[in-house]
Amino acid sequence: MSIGQTFLGLLEATPRHGYELKRLYDERFGQGRPLHYGQVYSTLARLLKSGLVEVDGVEPGAGPERKRYAITTAGVTDVQRWLAQPEKPDIYLQNTLYAKVVLGLLTGRNAADILDIQRAEHLRLMRELTRRKADGDLADQLICDFALFHLEADLRWLELTTARLDHLAATLHDEAAPTPPTSPAPPTSPAPTDGRPPQHVPTQFSSQETT
Amino acid sequence: MTEPTEKQPLLAGIELHKTYGSTPALDGATLRIWAGEIVAVMGASGSGKSTLLHCLAGIVRPDAGEVRYRDRELSAMSDAERSALRRGEFGFVFQFGQLVPELTCLENVALPLRLDRVRRREAERRAAEWLTRLEVDDVAGQRPGEISGGQGQRVAVARALVTAPRVVFADEPTGALDSLNGEQVMRLLTEAARQAGAAVVLVTHEPRVAAYADREIVVRDGRTRETVLAPR
Amino acid sequence: MSGRIDRQQTGTGWIADLALGARLVFTGGRNGLVRTLMAAIGVGLGVALLLGGTSISTMLGARDDRTAARDDQFIGAPEPPPGDRTLLVANVDTEYHERGIRGRMLQPEGTRAPVPPGLTALPRPGELFVSPALGRLLATGEGALLGHRLAQPVAGTIGAEGLSGPGEYAFYLGTDQLEPGVTGVRIDHFGSDSTREGLDPVLLLLVLIIFVVLLLPIAVFIAAAARFGGENRDRRLAALRLVGADGVMTRRIAAGEALLGAVLGLAFGALFFLIGRQLVEGITLWDISVYARDIRPSPALAALIALVVPGTAIVVAQLALRRVVIEPLGVVRRSTGRRRRLWWRLALPIGGLVLLLPLLGGIDQTGRTFNEAQVITGVVLLLVGVAALLPWLVEAVVRRLHGGSVSWQLAIRRLQLDSETSARLVSGVAVAVAGGIALQMLFSGIQHNYVLSSGQDVDRAQVAVIGNRIVDGVDVGPLNERLRAVPGVRHVFGTLDTDLAAVGTPREADGYRPSNALRIGDCAVLRELATLDTCTDGDVFALAGNGEENANLPPLPTAGQRVELGDRTVTGWTVPAGIRTATARPDPIGREVTGILATPGAVEPGRLAGLSAFIYLAVDRSQPETLELIRNAVTTLGPGMQVQTLDATYRVNRFTQIRRGLFIGVLATLLLLGASLLVGTLEQLRERRRMLAVLVAFGTRRSTLSWSVLWQTAVPILLGLVLAIVIGTALGTTLLAMVGEPLHLDWPGLAGMSGIAAAVVLLVTAFSLPALWRLLRPNGLRTE
Ligand SMILES: Nc1ncnc2c1ncn2[C@@H]1O[C@H](COP(=O)(O)OP(=O)(O)O)[C@@H](O)[C@H]1O
Ligand SMILES: [Mg+2]
Repeated sequence: MSIGQTFLGLLEATPRHGYELKRLYDERFGQGRPLHYGQVYSTLARLLKSGLVEVDGVEPGAGPERKRYAITTAGVTDVQRWLAQPEKPDIYLQNTLYAKVVLGLLTGRNAADILDIQRAEHLRLMRELTRRKADGDLADQLICDFALFHLEADLRWLELTTARLDHLAATLHDEAAPTPPTSPAPPTSPAPTDGRPPQHVPTQFSSQETT
Repeated sequence: MTEPTEKQPLLAGIELHKTYGSTPALDGATLRIWAGEIVAVMGASGSGKSTLLHCLAGIVRPDAGEVRYRDRELSAMSDAERSALRRGEFGFVFQFGQLVPELTCLENVALPLRLDRVRRREAERRAAEWLTRLEVDDVAGQRPGEISGGQGQRVAVARALVTAPRVVFADEPTGALDSLNGEQVMRLLTEAARQAGAAVVLVTHEPRVAAYADREIVVRDGRTRETVLAPR
Repeated sequence: MSGRIDRQQTGTGWIADLALGARLVFTGGRNGLVRTLMAAIGVGLGVALLLGGTSISTMLGARDDRTAARDDQFIGAPEPPPGDRTLLVANVDTEYHERGIRGRMLQPEGTRAPVPPGLTALPRPGELFVSPALGRLLATGEGALLGHRLAQPVAGTIGAEGLSGPGEYAFYLGTDQLEPGVTGVRIDHFGSDSTREGLDPVLLLLVLIIFVVLLLPIAVFIAAAARFGGENRDRRLAALRLVGADGVMTRRIAAGEALLGAVLGLAFGALFFLIGRQLVEGITLWDISVYARDIRPSPALAALIALVVPGTAIVVAQLALRRVVIEPLGVVRRSTGRRRRLWWRLALPIGGLVLLLPLLGGIDQTGRTFNEAQVITGVVLLLVGVAALLPWLVEAVVRRLHGGSVSWQLAIRRLQLDSETSARLVSGVAVAVAGGIALQMLFSGIQHNYVLSSGQDVDRAQVAVIGNRIVDGVDVGPLNERLRAVPGVRHVFGTLDTDLAAVGTPREADGYRPSNALRIGDCAVLRELATLDTCTDGDVFALAGNGEENANLPPLPTAGQRVELGDRTVTGWTVPAGIRTATARPDPIGREVTGILATPGAVEPGRLAGLSAFIYLAVDRSQPETLELIRNAVTTLGPGMQVQTLDATYRVNRFTQIRRGLFIGVLATLLLLGASLLVGTLEQLRERRRMLAVLVAFGTRRSTLSWSVLWQTAVPILLGLVLAIVIGTALGTTLLAMVGEPLHLDWPGLAGMSGIAAAVVLLVTAFSLPALWRLLRPNGLRTE
């Protein structure tokens, strides 16, 4: 996300001090990662230089935090252009997960386990986001939902891939026919079967198959 | 979040087998539920989720395996005893078609109480409270045919919780709802269940719905698979 | 199968619509098919009963033809002279455990004597031919006592052409003991033309009303059956309407569905009729049994049924469509619809009354004929009014009901949401009950015209043994002893009667010899016949003649007069000097006797033959076999002895037959309506399968759901009964006024009808419970 354009948007309603801009940004968009003051002032300096903001007034005393900034007409135009421009959708064709699955299959490991572990991790994160959603305000909810829908999409892909693993293995096998995978699967340690919730067991790269 | 604290699970199905004709619906499924926790049961459709839920709730007798609820073996109980158990200790939410179409929403919610021989006046008072908690008090006097799917599902949640059950069984409770209504129903269901200390067995194939649970169980081809966290 | 709607923009669009409707039945899945089958079975049951109704005349005709063909009692016709072609016949009808048995003793007088239908040759003396039913009875232990009466070996079976029906008990016994003119009647052929009595206007009215009352509920039932599964069908059609079918198309599609059901129903009806026809042979009601091949519908009426039934189905389907066409969304979402209107429903019964009012007082037993069409239309309108008013009444009442237990609440709310289905199913019962009540009132109002006092005094004696001119004096003592020995017989007393005529009285041209009666009995018996101040053995009394029937009797002989006793063989007797006069009183049979009463001291009966015996028995009716043992004891005296049980009243025969017909009909109708109620209830249960499964998941008790089913049937039936009582009473009052009888409320009749309806509810509930319990299994939770 562009900090500059966000500042411009925040200034459009009314002129603000630098520290005010930082506080608003942290509250609304920070997602737990507050801006450094250095970031704030370098950004503002850049905006000043390109004529998108101007100094609206200086309070008595020294230091940049005493300056109040206002947006210029050029700045408003810039915000307008930014908002009207669609974001380029990210296409994860070379997703790491895909690579892991393929590699797992090629090396004779249990690819289903890889997927299952990823799936559990995805769901763990989703649970966390869902919980945060319950405690937060509407803005939090919207942000969490954004993440949740994306994670869900990943999860769907994981499920579908799990269901298609045999097919995928067969395809890979055909391509790699001259060099069949020989390396044995890494030893897996059995997970506890007492059914306690997994938060309580030492997490391991393992899975269980109830047969 | 409710952490399981007791030694014994509240409800456990162990090595359950169930076959319909030649279709194996359950093939050695095992599931333990501790008091107050919310467990999602996930899996592709036809994998046996509903059958597992029905076995756990004492609606269906498994062919083999045991279902244990607080030291009582369900398959050893008579039909009447299991009915009484479902009436008193369990609550149910299904995907659709669960509200009695000729009763008003208020009467639908009061129904489990009245089946438990609570006086009508008192039952409807408590039902009205639950409708308010689930934010559907405005449809109390309407029939299920006259309200939206989301409202209907919330009425169903109220009905499941009105008897203060120890376990709520929910089978695809949001299956027929859009995202927003699904979110609302899940939020209300989980909040209310946590406040009431009820455990929830939540059958779903939607990850976002499962994310409301404390943990999930995956059912594949009639077998359960507890997923385990990766090392971090 | 594809559910795609292909339409060609041509004039044959309506054929496509009809076909689509019919196809929907099959594409609607298993449920749709099951529903259509149930409707077809319902319609089929109705059609079968209608076919049965239209077969009654052919059935009775065939029966009459056969009974006429074997007739051997030509009353009033002169006896033929004895010859090669004559036969002596004795009527030895008897009864066994309430079963009437037709019996004849046959004694040919020549080689070419006539053979009765059903036999190939006359039985030789001592040979017994029995009907199949009698043969079976004799073969079982149940017929053991009868075996004493019919001890002869069974030589053969009577063929069907000689029997009124398959269940008739009949026998022919060959003999050589008959005396012409005494125990045997001489005939030279079997068979007479059956001449049927015409019905008088009051009886005709009764018969008409019975037909309306029996067939109307069936028509109502067919209309209801055509709508089996209606709720679901409505929703399907409403859904079609929502996706763009216009009103006309929807109607055509509905017509297609209804037509398929009705045509299937006709086929089922024919099938049920053929099956039922076979089953009928095994049934005997009130001594009536019927051969399957006699039950043939009259072709014209059968054709009418084949046209009217599909027509009705279509009309009913169209009437039901209004809501679907006007507010399809409400139907799909199962919300409540408009209120029903009252005015046209009320107009029906009022119109009926208006038609009947001009006939008030206009029908009497002797009078002119009346306008049958007007009567039928009036009665039909009144009774259809019940069916029309009932849905309105159920809705209006149920809307005001609330509270109560869970089962009551479930039932009432169900009725509030959809009272029509239940009301429709119950309307048949209500119509039948209303008609039944009206008929009962009419019956009890006019029965004093037809039910006559028999004059028999059942306090003094309950059984009479009568032998007309066939008893020898010497046999009586032993007979009386045997009768006294029968367990349950408390008292035996009787007279022996013979003719008494002045010496030398000539016979008249027809062989009749003017005479008075001489009745011999001890003092105790004579006191039963006349008021006597004193009586000792040896006394003789002359009864003062009374009434005009004595006008052509010769004068009573006086003291010292020489007279002859008997008819064929006469014995001389001198009237003793001490003869006194006495006044007659009715005997236990109700006869008021005339003539001379003599004690055995004055006339010794042992010397006399050809006497008529009147033996009265006081018996303990609680002993079941007493009557049979009496009959057995009497049989030893040979043919011609009759055993009668005494009754305070008897009915004119035609009236009895109508009553029997009514009872058979009401029974069949109610069974059918019960079956339809059952089908309707089962169907409602099936439609609610998923909801029932959810309720069970919630831990609902079986009993709660069972009670709810009971209430759901009982409430509409109760309301239907109230309506039926009101309209039935109104109709009954009108009918009584039409025949000029005073109003007479028939409380036992009302109670009986209500009891039957209650029994129907209980029966239906009882039969639907197993299905309910099967539905309560968890399979219902599956989403399809
Ligand atoms: N009552 C039943 N009769 C026959 N087969 C059934 C019945 N219930 C479930 N099944 C079969 O058992 C399998 C598991 O079904 P279910 O538990 O409903 O799966 P899920 O709820 O995961 O979709 C399926 O193949 C289904 O067809
Ligand atoms: Mg399911």
